Amino acid sequence: MKEEGQLGKTASKTPGQVIVVTSGKGGVGKTTTAAAVATGLALRGHKTVVIDFDVGLRNLDLVMGCERRVVFDFINVINGDAKLNQALIRDKRIETLYVFPTSQTRDKDALKPEGVANVMQQLREGYDYIVCDSPAGIERGALTALYHADSAIIVTNPEVSSVRDSDRILGILAAKSRRAELNQQPVKEHLLLTRYSAGRVASGEMLSIDDVKEILSVPILGVIPESESVLRASNTGTPVILDDASPAGRAYEDAVARLLGEQRELRFVAPARKSLFRAIFGRA
Amino acid sequence: MASNRLQGAIFTVMVVRVVDPYDPALDQEISRQVELSPRFFADAPAVIDLGDCLGCTAEADFEVLKQTLRKHRLVPVGVQRVTPVQRRLAVAAGLAVFGAPAGGRARAEEPSADGTAANGSAGKRTPSRARLVTQPVRSGMQIYAQGGDLIVLAPVSAGAEVIADGHIHVYGALRGRAIAGAMGDTSARIFAQRLEAELVCVAGRYFVSEAIAPEYLKQAAQVALIGDQLRILPGWS
Repeated sequence: MKEEGQLGKTASKTPGQVIVVTSGKGGVGKTTTAAAVATGLALRGHKTVVIDFDVGLRNLDLVMGCERRVVFDFINVINGDAKLNQALIRDKRIETLYVFPTSQTRDKDALKPEGVANVMQQLREGYDYIVCDSPAGIERGALTALYHADSAIIVTNPEVSSVRDSDRILGILAAKSRRAELNQQPVKEHLLLTRYSAGRVASGEMLSIDDVKEILSVPILGVIPESESVLRASNTGTPVILDDASPAGRAYEDAVARLLGEQRELRFVAPARKSLFRAIFGRA
Repeated sequence: MASNRLQGAIFTVMVVRVVDPYDPALDQEISRQVELSPRFFADAPAVIDLGDCLGCTAEADFEVLKQTLRKHRLVPVGVQRVTPVQRRLAVAAGLAVFGAPAGGRARAEEPSADGTAANGSAGKRTPSRARLVTQPVRSGMQIYAQGGDLIVLAPVSAGAEVIADGHIHVYGALRGRAIAGAMGDTSARIFAQRLEAELVCVAGRYFVSEAIAPEYLKQAAQVALIGDQLRILPGWS
């Protein structure tokens, strides 16, 4: 992992780190997380690109709020129909952030391994962090997304089926990544618990942080509380990490800090106590 | 003068890998190879590699193998990578036992073949082929320790499967399936630091998790065949 304090850095000398955001199960918050983490890294001055690997179910551009600026996509670049720089979309809010959208009209078979490898190589040379938003499942799309990873963020909801699917994807990560094939240091694993509701954990409806940690034996990168602000952020095309008032946004900020090696206490994991003030004025 | 009567020499010998002595494909494959260069193969010595062969546990099996090779003018001279039973039968069938090529067995058991602890009893036993796994065994993974014990120093997840011809040790939570004595060894046992298995099986007798009494769950336990009964014993006593 890179040292902090490289603000303003534009071209990296060391090759960029590839971070895959994956889960196995769908609907757990992969795209939200990929958008938030990439934005968080870019906010700290790292030159970052976030790639949508969900060919045919393109969503990242919506969450990043750049859907009306897509001209060329990942598949065009793989097929040599466009150059990488033509397809990358620069974020309007953060100078060091780029979005690499995918195709909505093609399917996962369009992710040709040599083409993807070629793109990843180019991105490693030009960027500090390459965040890959994986599709759900364990088929070609997901396998291609995780293949080049140096580290992985496993997004898990605190419920049994999500935890089991995460376990499966961890096994695949250990066996089928490029690092595994080349016998290098294994992919660094981080667990991110999303849609966490402390109240429902207390009432026994959800698995606790310790339960999940115990089952998966992977260190926790962060716990993102269930929050309306996530939905609002998706709908407005603003990564939730940019919402300072939202607990989810601040929890993502903490997760990015931990990803870069900082030590931070977990927040928003105790059941919310409604203060008299809040009870009266009703603002959450 | 007597000193040089017995000397070592190195020869190149054909190795025939056998998975199933009765598989017609074996005969066909040898035939195809021999046809390519009949002179080269004529009366050539051949070593039978049984590293991937789960059968070959009867005298008749070795006779069949010898006949198959002779049919193609190969001369069976020995075996390699054998189990103790196969070794005894091979010697009885007049075949020599060759040492395994360096790294051969290890390669077959990647990624973590590291356990070679001496196997306590009687010196004539072949060295232990215990397989050591240090990483969590994830859902969907299957690990088989062929011909020996399996030692896992991490949890075995629900949906994962650990199998051994010998004992299985899990120094973590066992949440998946564990199958010990997969080749029928009734003395094999399963040891789990925290038993929460979906299924435990020793030499074909099994319990699904529902059949395990709750008082044995979520604690250290072993599973063994006592007489003809599969039993769960709390702790290591």
